[in-house]
Amino acid sequence: MEGKNLRRVQRSLIAGVAAAGLMLTGCSVTGGGGGGEAGDGTGEINALFMKQAGYSEDDYAQIIADFEEENGGDITVNPTFVSYEALHDKIVTSAPAGTYDVVLIDVIWPAEFASKGIVADLGDKFPGASKDELLSGVIPTAEYQDKFYGVPNGPSTKLFFYNEDMISEVGATAEDLDTWDGVLATAKEIKEAGISEYPIAWSWAQAEALICDYAQLLGAFDGEFTNDDGELVINNEQGVAALEWMKQTIDDGLTNPASTTFLEDDVSKALAQGETAFGLNWDSTMRDLQDPEISTIADAAGVLATPKGPNGARPGVNGAMAYSITATSVNQDAAWQFIDYMTSEETQEKYVQSSQPSWKASYEKPEVIDVNPEVFAVSEEAYADSILRPAVPNYSTVSQIIQVELQNALLGKKTPQEALDDAVEAANAELED
Amino acid sequence: MKQQRNRRILGSALTYLAALIVGVGCIAPLGWLAVASISTQADIVAKPMRWWPSELHLDRYQEILFDPTSSVGASFRAAFVNSIVVGVVTVLISMVVGIFGAYAFARLKFPFRRGFLVLFLTTYMLPQISLLIPLYMILNSLRMLDSTIGLILVDCSLVIPFTLWILSNYFMTVPADLEDAARIDGTSRLGALFRIILPSAKPGLFAAVMFAFLLAWDEFMYALIFTSSDASKTIPVAISEFAGRYTTDFGLVATGGVIAAIPPLIIALIFQRQIVSGLAAGAVKG
Amino acid sequence: MAVSTASAPRRKRRDSERRLAFWLLLPAVLAVFGVILYPLARTLLISLFEVKSAVAVDTPFVGLGNYVEALSASGFWGALGRTLYFTLVSTSIELVFGLGIAFLLNAKIRGRWLLRALVVLPWAVPTIVNAAMWKGIYNAQYGALNGVLSHLGLIDSYQAWLSDPMTALNLVIIADAWKTTPLVAIFLLAGLTAIPSELTEAAKVDRAGAFQRFFSITLPLLLPSIALVLVLRTVEAVKVFDIIYAMTRGGPANGTQTISYYTYVTAFSEQNYGLGSAISFIVLLIILVLTTVYLRMLRRSEMSTL
Repeated sequence: MEGKNLRRVQRSLIAGVAAAGLMLTGCSVTGGGGGGEAGDGTGEINALFMKQAGYSEDDYAQIIADFEEENGGDITVNPTFVSYEALHDKIVTSAPAGTYDVVLIDVIWPAEFASKGIVADLGDKFPGASKDELLSGVIPTAEYQDKFYGVPNGPSTKLFFYNEDMISEVGATAEDLDTWDGVLATAKEIKEAGISEYPIAWSWAQAEALICDYAQLLGAFDGEFTNDDGELVINNEQGVAALEWMKQTIDDGLTNPASTTFLEDDVSKALAQGETAFGLNWDSTMRDLQDPEISTIADAAGVLATPKGPNGARPGVNGAMAYSITATSVNQDAAWQFIDYMTSEETQEKYVQSSQPSWKASYEKPEVIDVNPEVFAVSEEAYADSILRPAVPNYSTVSQIIQVELQNALLGKKTPQEALDDAVEAANAELED
Repeated sequence: MKQQRNRRILGSALTYLAALIVGVGCIAPLGWLAVASISTQADIVAKPMRWWPSELHLDRYQEILFDPTSSVGASFRAAFVNSIVVGVVTVLISMVVGIFGAYAFARLKFPFRRGFLVLFLTTYMLPQISLLIPLYMILNSLRMLDSTIGLILVDCSLVIPFTLWILSNYFMTVPADLEDAARIDGTSRLGALFRIILPSAKPGLFAAVMFAFLLAWDEFMYALIFTSSDASKTIPVAISEFAGRYTTDFGLVATGGVIAAIPPLIIALIFQRQIVSGLAAGAVKG
Repeated sequence: MAVSTASAPRRKRRDSERRLAFWLLLPAVLAVFGVILYPLARTLLISLFEVKSAVAVDTPFVGLGNYVEALSASGFWGALGRTLYFTLVSTSIELVFGLGIAFLLNAKIRGRWLLRALVVLPWAVPTIVNAAMWKGIYNAQYGALNGVLSHLGLIDSYQAWLSDPMTALNLVIIADAWKTTPLVAIFLLAGLTAIPSELTEAAKVDRAGAFQRFFSITLPLLLPSIALVLVLRTVEAVKVFDIIYAMTRGGPANGTQTISYYTYVTAFSEQNYGLGSAISFIVLLIILVLTTVYLRMLRRSEMSTL
């Protein structure tokens, strides 16, 4: 009797667990999915932002408070902040559950997120009527196959930062830094004068940062990542020349060899500590370099548009990010109202110290320019021409392949030509899938 | 004779030398981290390296621990509290559940007893990655994402196999006669567990508590994916974000690291005397 | 008749024991298998489909296709090779040093309590803190390794230690071993203290040398502890993820990309869940095979009780 009872309990427990399992079963094998909904334009929305660069957590807190006040409390916003390194994976893991309504995405993700159904097509909402009022280089940040999946949070590219004291010690001026040849010549003088052992620092760790630096140099050497058919072509003359140039600066002792372990922050630190004279870095880093608490060169920090290549090309890599609405959000209208508010001319001008505005008109207003004059001075040149990283759905795979091969060349494991041949072969095999 | 004495002296000198090396090897990296946390940025990057900071710089501790206006500090303090809550509750649940289960494994006869225990231990071999997405879906439908409760739930599934294993091995070493005697006097099985076995299994209990706490405090991957705000983010996640954002100031990473290491270090120092005997009598005998 | 009346109470007691065991174990079963069983089944299911997005709707059944794809990818074998290297080297270091430290902790020396307390410290340091600490130590600009080596005159200029793939892998292994060797030492010490001292004393009386005593008495008796530690550490090493994530993120040039990190990248960065799930099951299979082999070897040595 007792044994039978026990068995009955066991059996009903197993049945219960199985039933619970079935209930959790969604419509796809991942258990998630289900489309989003427009919602009624009110209620609570969750937004996912990142911790570093651009707007700070305090900036967002203020923006949200102002937004909530303006709409009379109809929409409330819960912000969440994660590090850039965790951002992509957070968006992906939360997608099936539809946790977030608004997500900040990097310029390299729209193809992936759009083709995999993670972010929603904004339709006629963007760029819409404001197309002519926005900086033209900014608009395609979240574009994929002629559709728009996000509103850019402002233009962003890598600028050339330098230590004014160091160059004046060897009698050079900012004009000498207009071309990469001039930069190398000045760097050589600085090294020979014993002012800095390695005058240039780069973010060449195995990370996206390496691709950004390479992109800018590739542009300077008149190269492109892909041809018209969308195939990777960086093993051509220009692509190899850019990489050979990079490797040569290491061999000549002008580039800090630790650059292959650096991210952008490390470059910023090397500059701020006065260890190095030059570094490419995002436009938002001027704030840190001028902060006497963390910078020893607060008064000597200078910034220029990226130097010109042999034929005068100087495109900046497009490093903007964009606010997107997740495809699984059930409150998409409210999410849009929030994004529209955040990216408005008025809001962007208020926080110009943290991020450059997307609106042409802002660049004409003296009160806006005065906040960050050094960066505004070079912005016209810096944002005039840009180089895009390949807009392909499996970008991260392709990027990782290129990162590894670039490092192989920089570390001397392969010649630049071999490394890029291998990169192109492996990447194009991925792109065909 | 004399030769033998010389050899003995040499032997013990070598032993002390080895002890010194091991001791320094254990403490030196931590010491460097602690020194970095109280050095100014200039002292940290000074070349040649300074063995000792030129001035005591406690601003970072002030910021992380007390400054009410610092968002970095506020979020670190929240993470600290979350880690304590998750750690303590996970330990409590895992110990209670573990004690009952371990008693069954150690003292009761039932089919597939051995295989069942092995099955529990096998769960430890599962790569956590293989469970992430479905677990995320479950926690979401239970509304437990970004909550300490959800984290406690998944952490318990990691910790319980360990407490079961350590405790059941230890319980087996408690002589059965004691329990039998009590049972003849009319004590129930559970009464015997609480009155006889637990009091004589203290080292095993301590070892299990220590393991459980360190595992829960250390857990990273679930916390990384399942938490996102100050409401549930734990210390390891907070530190990893620190390391990402504040590479410009290694001192801040060091400070966070030192503070994050203090609770487990205290637990380890308190329980280290028990753990060897706790494991000696139990776990190792399998 | 007599037989059945005698066995009835016994059966009753057996049933009640089983019932008690069921209820005592129920919480543990629910708490552990309740959490992992469904996700595990789901992941197994996903591994049989082509799932290329977290919210994929169109997911064709591909049978074992993902497993075939995983096994034919060069990235998989590279990561697997690095993982096996990591496992082999780290467990060897931990075992050798752990054994030495265990003997040291067991030796009758003054201040043994202090040494025991010190040795426990690295184990208590959280993995993420450990990773950040060693990343700092290896740092090319201000790291302690560069500082100490140049103080000693061993290097002329600061080195970028983590810039070479192989060196980086070895340095990550050292960081990992620093934290886990104490745990190994404590397990082995526990095994050592369980060896009856009469045995070694008797051998001393027989004038057996220290080495002979070690190999003929101590080591065989310590085998179960060694096997246990080996299983624990192998499983951990094959699963290694946190320290890679925090220290190198798989770089440079994929030099520290272990199989768990490779799985993570495949599943989350590349959003290839079907493939990622398949790889994680292959990893599970590898762990199972390795541990079974260890336990077999152990059982053959007739020392096992596990």
